[in-house]
Amino acid sequence: MGSIIKSDKVHFHYENDYLTEIENTKAPVKEILKGISLEINKGEFVAVLGHNGSGKSTFAKHLNAILLPTDGAIYIEDIDTKLENKHFDIRQRVGMVFQNPDNQLVATVVEEDVAFALENLGVEPKEMRKRVDEALKAVDMYEYREHAPHQLSGGQKQRVAIAGVIAMRPECIVLDEPTAMLDPKGRQEVLKTIKMLNRDYGITIVIITHYMDEAAETDRVIVMDEGEVILDDVPKKVFSQVELLKSVGLDVPQVTELIYELKKHGLDIDEEIVTEDECIEALMKILA
Amino acid sequence: MIKDITLGQYFPGSSIIHRLDPRFKIIMTTIFIAMLFISNNLWGLLIGGVFALFTFVLSKIPFKLMLKSLKPLIPILIFTSIFNLLFIDGGDVYIEWEFIKITEDGVNMTVYMAIRIIFLIIGSSLLTYTTSPIALTDAIEYLLSPFKKLKMPVHEFAMMMTIALRFIPTLIEETDKIMSAQKARGADFESGKIMERIKALIPILVPLFISAFRRADDLALAMTCRCYRGGEGRTRLKQLKSGLKDYIAIVITLVFLLAIIVINILIQDL
Repeated sequence: MGSIIKSDKVHFHYENDYLTEIENTKAPVKEILKGISLEINKGEFVAVLGHNGSGKSTFAKHLNAILLPTDGAIYIEDIDTKLENKHFDIRQRVGMVFQNPDNQLVATVVEEDVAFALENLGVEPKEMRKRVDEALKAVDMYEYREHAPHQLSGGQKQRVAIAGVIAMRPECIVLDEPTAMLDPKGRQEVLKTIKMLNRDYGITIVIITHYMDEAAETDRVIVMDEGEVILDDVPKKVFSQVELLKSVGLDVPQVTELIYELKKHGLDIDEEIVTEDECIEALMKILA
Repeated sequence: MIKDITLGQYFPGSSIIHRLDPRFKIIMTTIFIAMLFISNNLWGLLIGGVFALFTFVLSKIPFKLMLKSLKPLIPILIFTSIFNLLFIDGGDVYIEWEFIKITEDGVNMTVYMAIRIIFLIIGSSLLTYTTSPIALTDAIEYLLSPFKKLKMPVHEFAMMMTIALRFIPTLIEETDKIMSAQKARGADFESGKIMERIKALIPILVPLFISAFRRADDLALAMTCRCYRGGEGRTRLKQLKSGLKDYIAIVITLVFLLAIIVINILIQDL
């Protein structure tokens, strides 16, 4: 399988803002990304972890050319994001969903919002109708197509936002903390939808999250700290590094924490367990 | 509570008037307003009234709702009537006392003006009652599109309208939350003199504005991500469709307009 996203030693810092100019201080530019190199393959389900200010959202914005690297390069299916005339191609390939479900819906009716990207791309109305219906059915929001966004719950709004992205038929969806503002039920709905898109439609998913249990269910976890990638592996391997994760201000999933503590107290248990079911099984074996 | 407010004054329904093409409805409303102002006699206004009544009955809008939209009009009606009565001179003098002088022309003008204003409101309310704000925005964008050639930002204007409509409920909800938060900390919005009450609103407006700007920032980013690049080359999901019923409706409207013009000429000749 080929790679869809290729990041080659990406550095990024914001230009000094006007305040530092006024104060005439030569404040050192704060590098937000310090040489990120990684590849994400087609069809992968990747979680990006990191505490606030680790640069994970900044990195996400590089993936569809909202921000451009100050040094290094990002390639989306071999297209350099620096090519300005390709930005719309890139954004069509890599869709983005944000944290606040309220602030990313544009239209006053659900189906028109889903159509928004297609309207911008100049898709024929007939084809548009078809794609909008498909996208709404994919996220299971078809019966709400004529509702106004403010009549929906947070999870439903977020699913509409996802539908708006998949209507473009992207290869990859980047979700920047899509569940941070949702209640548990909304979170479940959104996660289920994301997983289904990955499994059934083969869409590459990059999910930035604070929730360790969300990350535990992916294929690959990338941990960022201070603008650098410090861990990049399958969830089992990443979460077994309990101390390293804690040192960068991250939690580990409850299961991992339990296993870790048990092991520290001298219990012989497989430390690569990440899911609850596996944990129950292992504990039953020991208790038996 | 304030969550239930309706946007504009759209009254959802499926009457024939609701189903007309919004572009035609706007044009018809304009013609109707023209009818009211060109007719210079009661017969003409009566025809306009018949037209309004006819549309009103077809639209199946409850009578009460219509009365409600006329209520805020009462002070304006009284105000203009007094001015017209007192300051228009001409024809027979009915009453003359001190500086008050009521004449035939004054009375005529007062009656005409009152009828015109009432019909005007009925006509435009019928438009907004039977057309959803989104449809109205689309129609306005379409009707103004010739002005694009004059570099008028018609698409941007329509986009602004859409976003405003989209965010009104969101911001109202937010206002509600901020007010509750302030009340929980002892703020008082309901008592005190008017100035005090206005001052009490400042702590609501400041966070509301800040969050509105933040939302604008987020939304702009989300729109960029979905390839927004202005009105150029844009297509629409919902095409405005005009059919036979729209043409019939506009012909009927024009017949009424013609009738008024004919009556105007006939009465002048008498």
